[in-house]
Amino acid sequence: MIVPLLVALAGGVGAVARFVLDGVIRSRVALLVPAGTFVINVSGSLLLGFVTGVVMVGAEPADVRIVLGTGFLGGYTTFSTAMIETVRLLQQRRWVAAAVSGVGMLLLGLGAAVLGVFLGTLMR
Amino acid sequence: MPDSPLHLRPLPVVLVFAGGAAGTLARYLVGLALPSPAALPLPTFAVNLVGAFALGLLLEGLLRGGNDAGWRQRVRLLFGPGFMGGFTTYSSLCVETVLLTEQGRYFSGGGYAVASLLLGVAAAAAGVWVAANLFRVPEGAPGIRHSTVTSTQVLHLAAPGDDAESQRGER
Repeated sequence: MIVPLLVALAGGVGAVARFVLDGVIRSRVALLVPAGTFVINVSGSLLLGFVTGVVMVGAEPADVRIVLGTGFLGGYTTFSTAMIETVRLLQQRRWVAAAVSGVGMLLLGLGAAVLGVFLGTLMR
Repeated sequence: MPDSPLHLRPLPVVLVFAGGAAGTLARYLVGLALPSPAALPLPTFAVNLVGAFALGLLLEGLLRGGNDAGWRQRVRLLFGPGFMGGFTTYSSLCVETVLLTEQGRYFSGGGYAVASLLLGVAAAAAGVWVAANLFRVPEGAPGIRHSTVTSTQVLHLAAPGDDAESQRGER
């Protein structure tokens, strides 16, 4: 009972962190692609990789991974916004920006996750 | 302070928190309920595609109805960056893909990532398309001819006379 509650609370905190960070980045940076979602999803993948790497070597109990990973980082990162932003760029025929927002984010997110898992497994 | 940005106002932050908590809990429960056949991450795959479709539907539906203000904006914050943002997850997609490839399952990992991206874009576009056809912009409606703000982009709506042309363009 306590784990689902903590997952929900952590998810709410993660969503607010995303909302605030996205707003801050959006108000200061005007780039090719919506930079807020890009930074959030890549950094969240790095952190989830790290948490997963730490748990793989048995340094932390699984509940910590569920609350931090499924809860906080799952609430922090967002797939749906990334997809709709890519669709909006496609609608505007901004093909390069759409490719960066879609394919570029995925490749960097995967690279960040690889790095995160590697760093996490070093935490013995 | 009505002119401060949304992310610095109390009510929007509370709405995003409440929606994010509910969406995250829903994703957690789907993860418990759905199987992961052959250790493939079906729960994440499913919530991401459903969430991408629903967010496209929601944002386009709200956009078609009027400007991003008042109750319309509160609904968007609660269900967009709130619920759907919490329900879907990008970090799990990336880490699950990496774990599959680290087990030597390159085809499964690559297929999962590529299918998520292609079907995710298709699902979001389908949501936008369905809402665009459900909620057509009324003829001569004031205030929505030029542009309104979604959670992500300023989208330029066609003038009523250009409707057929813009519909073709979206497809």
